[in-house]
Amino acid sequence: MQVITTDVVIVGAGGAGLRAAIAIAEENSDLRVALLSKVYPMRSHTVAAEGGAAGVARDDDSLDNHFNDTVSGGDWLCDQDAVDLFVAEAPRELTRMEHWGCPWSRQPNGRVAVRPFGGMKVERTWYAADKTGFHMLHTLFQTSMKYPTIERYDEFYSTDLLVVDGHCRGVAAIEMRSGQLRLFSAKAVIIATGGAGRIFPFTTNGAIKTGDGMAMAYRAGVALKDMEFVQYHPTGLPGTGILITEGSRGEGGILVNKDGYRYLQDYGLGPPDPWPRKKAMELGPRDRLSQAFWHEHRKGRTIDTPHGDVVHLDLRHLGEQRIDERLPMVRDLAVSYVGVDPVYEPIPVRPVVHYTMGGIDTDIDARTSLAGLFAAGECACVSINGANRLGSNSLTELLVFGARAGRGAAELAVAETSDANETAILEQAKVAQDRVGRLFQSSGGGESIAGLRREMNTTMEAGAGIYRTDASLRESCTVMNDVRKRYAGIELEDKSNVYNTDLIQALELGAMVDVAGAVIVAALERKESRGSHQRLDHTERDDEAYLKHSLAHYVDGDDARIDYRDVVITRSPPGERVYGGEQK
Amino acid sequence: MNERQIDLEILRYDPETDEQPSFQTYRVPCQEDWVVLDAVNYIKDELDRTLSYRWSCHMAVCGSCGVMINGEPMLSCKAFVRDLPDSIRIEPLANFPIERDLVVVMDDFMGKLQSVTPYLVARDEKSIDDGEHHQTPAQLKKFKPYTLCINCTLCYAACPQYAHDENFVGPAALALAHRYNLDSRDVGRAARADVVASNAGIWECSFVGACSEVCPHEVDPAAAIQQAKIAATMDYFLGWLRPGREP
Repeated sequence: MQVITTDVVIVGAGGAGLRAAIAIAEENSDLRVALLSKVYPMRSHTVAAEGGAAGVARDDDSLDNHFNDTVSGGDWLCDQDAVDLFVAEAPRELTRMEHWGCPWSRQPNGRVAVRPFGGMKVERTWYAADKTGFHMLHTLFQTSMKYPTIERYDEFYSTDLLVVDGHCRGVAAIEMRSGQLRLFSAKAVIIATGGAGRIFPFTTNGAIKTGDGMAMAYRAGVALKDMEFVQYHPTGLPGTGILITEGSRGEGGILVNKDGYRYLQDYGLGPPDPWPRKKAMELGPRDRLSQAFWHEHRKGRTIDTPHGDVVHLDLRHLGEQRIDERLPMVRDLAVSYVGVDPVYEPIPVRPVVHYTMGGIDTDIDARTSLAGLFAAGECACVSINGANRLGSNSLTELLVFGARAGRGAAELAVAETSDANETAILEQAKVAQDRVGRLFQSSGGGESIAGLRREMNTTMEAGAGIYRTDASLRESCTVMNDVRKRYAGIELEDKSNVYNTDLIQALELGAMVDVAGAVIVAALERKESRGSHQRLDHTERDDEAYLKHSLAHYVDGDDARIDYRDVVITRSPPGERVYGGEQK
Repeated sequence: MNERQIDLEILRYDPETDEQPSFQTYRVPCQEDWVVLDAVNYIKDELDRTLSYRWSCHMAVCGSCGVMINGEPMLSCKAFVRDLPDSIRIEPLANFPIERDLVVVMDDFMGKLQSVTPYLVARDEKSIDDGEHHQTPAQLKKFKPYTLCINCTLCYAACPQYAHDENFVGPAALALAHRYNLDSRDVGRAARADVVASNAGIWECSFVGACSEVCPHEVDPAAAIQQAKIAATMDYFLGWLRPGREP
C-alpha cells in the first residue's frame, strides 16, 4: 500500500483546514502539509455561510461586550477562558483576512463595515454583502496557493486515524479517482471536517456535512463534547432548507405569523420597536427564535404549506436598493427556490437544523486528548459556543482556532524528529482496509443506504428536535440501535473502483450513525433545559447538576458512555439570559 | 403537489468496464418544484446506486453540480424541471475528460487557477497592528463582480476557444486574475502578465461571450478579458513611450 510521508496532515479543506494550512506554511516553510478533502476546497460548506463574522470593530464596542454576549448567548456553557481568547484574537484574524484580499463590505470612508446580528449588543459582524463564507473560503483557498509546501489531495476521503503507541501518526484515505486506499504518515494530524447537520432530515447543511471527522476521532477514543446541542436556525426556506441569513434581520427584516403579528413579543423578546433594537425581537438569539416558532405552531398561528408550516420574514420596508446592496443572494435564493421576490412579498421561512455546537473535545489550543491530534472549526468543541452559538461567531471561530491548530501542529512536527515506524503504520491500516473491504463483500443483509438514512433522519427530528422528552429520546435511542445493527447489513451495489459514490455514501452513513447515537444519548442524559437543548420534562436550567460539558465516549456496538467535565467559569457567574426591553 | 413523469437520459461511463460512454434512461416522478439535481438524487436513492455525480450545497454556491442539460452547461441544483421538457438529457460538462459518469477531471482547471497568481500581492505590507487597508465602496465595486466566481467551470464547457485549444487559460481563471489586478490593494499585475497576456491568455479569446451567458453568478468573464486586453495594450504602448521600460 502506498505510504505518503509528510509532516502535518489536515483532513478537511474548508475555512478551518485552509487557515490551519496557511498558519503552518507561515510558521515554518520547511514543513510539508498534506491537505486532504473529500471535495475540492471551494466546495467546502464554509462557502454557504452568509451573514458575517464577529469581531469587535467599533469604538463604542469592547472585548468585554463580545465576551458577555457570547457567554450569555451560550447559556453559560461556554468555557470562559476560551471565549476571552477568542474575542481578543477575533479582530486580528478578520484584519488578516482583509490583508489577504477578502472583499469586506465598506463604509464610505473606506473602513470595514459591520452589521448587527442576533444576540449581539453592538454591531460587530464583518460582512461581504450576504456571501461572507463564500468570500472567506475563496480568499483562503486562493491565498493557500501562495505556499508550495501545501500539497493538496483533493477528493480523498479519510476513513481512519492511524494511531501508533498512543500518538496519532496519520490517516488512511481513499483516493476517489482510483478507489485505492492511501496511507499518510505524519507527525501531527488536524481534523477540520465541519458539522454533521445531515443526520437530520431538514438542514441548511450541504450533502457533504456528514460528520466524518467527528466519527473518525470518536472511534479512535476521543470524546465528542456537548453533542446534545444542535442549533436550529429560525429562517430556512421550506422544502429545501436553504438558509436565509440572520443578516436579513440585522438589516431590519421582521418576522410575522399568519395574522401579520410580530409574535416574538409574546416570548420575552419585545417590545416590538419599529427600528431594530439590539438583542431584542428579531435580533434575539437563534435558540429563542426557533423555540418561539414551535410555540406559534402549537397555537395554530403559523401558515400551512406543502413543505410544513412557515412564518413570514418581511423585508419589504428595506426597499429594493438596500436589499440589492446588502442582501443580493437572499433575493436571488427566494426568487429562485420559492418564487418570492422579497422586494414585493414576505419570504416563507421555518426553523432548520444549522449547526453542531458539540464536536471533538479540544482545549483552547485545539489539542485533543489523543497526542498528535488537533481539531478546529465546526467539527471541534472548544467550547466557545456553549449551549447555543451566536450568529457570526462560527466564521471567526474557524479562523482563530484553525490558526491555533496549525501553529500547534507545526510546533509538534518540529519537535518530533523521527518519522513513524512504517511497519506500525501499515499494521494500523488494516483496520481501515477491513472496514472498507467488508462493504464490498456480500452481506446478505440487503439494507439500502437511502432507506437507513431516512430512518435515522426521521427519528432524529422526532426525538431530538427543538423540544425533547425522555420518551421521545428513548424511542430514538431504540431506533438508532436498530439502525446501527442493520448498518452491518449494508452491501454495496456499486463494486467498482473509480469515483464510487455508493462506497462514499455508505462510509458517510456509518459516520452519521455514530454521531447521531452520541447526540441522542447525550440529550437523554442531560435532564435540564439549556440553550438549544430544551426538555419538556425538565424545563429549567439546572446549574447544580449540569453546569458541565457532556463527553460521549465511543463503545463498539453499544450506546455511547457519557461522563461530564466542569465548565470553565472565570469571571461571569451563571445568570439569567435577558433579551428584549428588559436588558440593561 | 403535482407529479410529472420525466425521462432522464444520463450519460454513463465506467472507465474500468466501458469502452465508450453510453446513455441510460430513467423514468422519474418529479415534483413540480424540483430541480434536476433532485431528480438525479431520486435515481441514486431509489433506482440505481451506481450512478456517480458531484453535488453538495443545493443552493448554487458550492459550484460542484455543473452538467450539460439538454446541451447547455448548467448547475443541476438551479435548473428547474418545470422549465424543461419531459425528456432531459444529462451529460458531463463538455470540454473536460470524463472521470466516471457525470464526474469530469478537474486537473487542468485547477492548474489554470493556480497559474494566474490568484492571490493578493499587497501594495504595502502592513502588520496586523496597523489595521485594515482603506478601500472605498467605489474601489470595491470596481473588482467586486469578478470576486463572485464559484469555479463551477460552466464557462469552460461553453467556451469554443477552450474546446479548440486546451492551452487557453480560459474565462474563470482570467477573470480571477482581472479581479486581483483591479483591486486597489494589489500590485501583482506584472507577475500575472506572464500568463494573462501570453499567447494562451487573453489574446486567445475570440469574444464569442458564451462564458458570460452561461455564468450562474453574472461574473461576466468576457468583459474581464476585453478589459484586460485593453490594459495589456496600454502597457505595451506605454512601454515604448517610457524610457528604460521594455515592452
